[in-house]
Amino acid sequence: MSSSETQGSDPAAQPGQDIMPNDEMSNATGFPIVTRTDFSETTFLLEVEHPQMARAARPGQFVIVMLDDHGERIPLTIADFDRDKGTVTLVIQAVGKSSREMQARCQVGQTLFGIAGPMGIPSEVSHAKKVICVGGGLGVAPIFPQARAFKEAGAYVIGVVGFRSASLVFWEEKFRSVCDEFIICTDDGTAGIKGLVTQGIETAITTHGDIDEVVAIGPPIMMRACAETTRPHGIKTMVSLNPIMVDGTGMCGGCRVRVDNKVKFACVDGPDFDGHAVDFDDLMARLQRYRPQEAAAMERYSESCKRLLVEEEVR
Amino acid sequence: MARKTIRSIPQERAPMPVLDAAERATNFDEVSLGFDEPNALVECERCLICPEPACVAGCPVEIDIPGFIQKMLKKDYHGAWDTLTDSTFLPAVCGRVCPQEDQCEGVCAVAVSGGLEPVAIGRLERWLGDKAVKEGWKKKSHIETNRFKVGIVGSGPASMACAADLAKAGCKVTVFEALHAPGGVLRYGIPEFRLPNSVVDAEIANLEALGVEIRCNTLVGRLFTVEQMLEEMGFDAVFVGTGAGTPKFMDIPGENLNGVLSANELLTRCNLMHAGDFPKFDTPLEVGRKIAVIGSGNTAMDAMRVSKRLGAEEVHCVYRRTEAECPARQEELHHAQEEGIEFHWLTAPVELLGDAKNNVRALRCLRMELGEPDDSGRRRPVPVPGSEFEFEADTVVYAIGTSPNPILGQTSNIQLNKWGYIDTDDELATSLAGVYAGGDIVTGAATVILAMGAGRRAAASIRRYLGIRDSMSVYEPEHSGFENTLFGIDMSEKNFVHLRQI
Repeated sequence: MSSSETQGSDPAAQPGQDIMPNDEMSNATGFPIVTRTDFSETTFLLEVEHPQMARAARPGQFVIVMLDDHGERIPLTIADFDRDKGTVTLVIQAVGKSSREMQARCQVGQTLFGIAGPMGIPSEVSHAKKVICVGGGLGVAPIFPQARAFKEAGAYVIGVVGFRSASLVFWEEKFRSVCDEFIICTDDGTAGIKGLVTQGIETAITTHGDIDEVVAIGPPIMMRACAETTRPHGIKTMVSLNPIMVDGTGMCGGCRVRVDNKVKFACVDGPDFDGHAVDFDDLMARLQRYRPQEAAAMERYSESCKRLLVEEEVR
Repeated sequence: MARKTIRSIPQERAPMPVLDAAERATNFDEVSLGFDEPNALVECERCLICPEPACVAGCPVEIDIPGFIQKMLKKDYHGAWDTLTDSTFLPAVCGRVCPQEDQCEGVCAVAVSGGLEPVAIGRLERWLGDKAVKEGWKKKSHIETNRFKVGIVGSGPASMACAADLAKAGCKVTVFEALHAPGGVLRYGIPEFRLPNSVVDAEIANLEALGVEIRCNTLVGRLFTVEQMLEEMGFDAVFVGTGAGTPKFMDIPGENLNGVLSANELLTRCNLMHAGDFPKFDTPLEVGRKIAVIGSGNTAMDAMRVSKRLGAEEVHCVYRRTEAECPARQEELHHAQEEGIEFHWLTAPVELLGDAKNNVRALRCLRMELGEPDDSGRRRPVPVPGSEFEFEADTVVYAIGTSPNPILGQTSNIQLNKWGYIDTDDELATSLAGVYAGGDIVTGAATVILAMGAGRRAAASIRRYLGIRDSMSVYEPEHSGFENTLFGIDMSEKNFVHLRQI
């Protein structure tokens, strides 16, 4: 899910260390961050303490996060939840101003100004006997709870995940523990098969003639490719949509998407929809809405980071 | 004192200054500046203090209007504010946003029989409300607490009124708000120049001073259900005031083009997320050069006036009926016209046209004319054949109404009517025992004061349901005698709450 920043684009890789002041984050209120793991220069994981939400969360749902009271409301799909520990896990790709700022400022022991959810209708874990769970980019993490739910429901689960390169791979063990088969696809072939997740799907469909369902989460262009791959085979394909939204509770209508030629609000009618009925052109065009402002915000943010770094060195 | 007559009172309304239209259309400062003390007193003089005041009956929460005006005339302003706040919890808000012309002022004898402008009751209410905020007046009630916990879903006007009444009755009240700031429509919907956020903050502080706990970032239905509140979380009763916040679209071609948005989105980005201060605040909002707003209710007026202030060169209102049917408050319409907003009556869009980059560039519209009256009694607009024309606009805002929020319906067994609003009986009880509902989620979009009225009625029902003595009503012993009473006090009451002013 993304707010005014969109996923899937190639971010200018920029490691974000402690380059922004943390004053506002140090207050006692808010939601404590208990774990942070950096998977790569742009992808990182936050585990946030919220026992009530950990109890309520179901696969497929999302949260809205606010970094501080000047921040955006950023929608993020829940990557995992631990009911015993009382935490929810978010995996964030630092691609825009707000997510880069999160990368720089969210450290263990600090708090998030706001986290609301779980939002959206939980994914339907059907009685499918054999499913392919596909994750790419930002979708790798949130496909995990779905794969686990299908496994717990007794399905034969084939996991297919896509990365640019082997160095970016994360959660491999975690996936293998809930998948009967696990296929990694990389753009450069440094791990698993060389190619896109659609090749992984093709492989799985060819090997197993009896796939009941495919669930795909990732950038819109990937989800469309997955839907097109399964369409000729007539395999039910669910996708999780990530339009721009503000409140996440059905109030603004910014997240409206076209499914089966009808307008739906992704936040309250979704975020899961039948991939064969989704108008992906419409979704992708709408994701461009605030591109100029996003670029400007990024530019300003990078500038102020550089300035801070220089000041740091001078001191 | 000789009884006042229509001839003896000041004939003209006391003047209330407003910001200059050209200047204000560029900033978010409050437009109406309110009375000063001398002008407030002049306006009080205009009240005839009718023995059977129609204005009280015309007020959804039945404020004792002549009562507070009489105290104001004696310069007992604190006393006047006490009288006012016996009935309304949000005088500074309601004085600003109530449609008084359809309520108290609409039935004022000065206007109805006297033929003059009615007493400016709303402005007097606002003056007292503002004075209370400025002077830090608090209603110091001694609240005897009881053992009841009440959960309130949503923090808009209905919920605030309900929470206040129940807190005064001694209940432990917790308000759950899904957004990160409380106030509901007062926060995200009504813009700063009409209702400053500082006023909302002050009213929220009053609520907290009564002991009400407000928990933001809490989406009831998804984080926990209404049923769980009663069964697992220990709430004895629940009030649902979630409002009708889902924006409607028209289902015409082109609605998903970029640059087409709901008034809710525009106002939320601006009021709640401070997009007007981008990039200081992170949320962006692009208003184009030429904006068309579809609809002409109060929300449409707000959307247009916000757009103007955000820098749009031209703002146009497109409405399929005429000015006579325009549902906005006259004052809002008047202010909008002053600020240079252009109105296109009897115009209905049938399609939105886009450019190659998927941005909206124009509306295809039809001219309308008024036909036979419809169900609402208004003459139905019918298209003029062959009147199609294109209307250029780079931003199109929908302000054609809202539908109920679907989340509670999706997540609980609460009974909805066929339009998706919550079904209640006359007592505002829902199909779930102990769960009450009021405001827009029951009636459909209405006004702040009607929502507050519903919140107070629900609070009264909840007090009855919990068996809390209603300090507002006189106890009547049962006709069967005194077998269930102790010195006339009903033994079925679960507490004996006293509410006494210090």
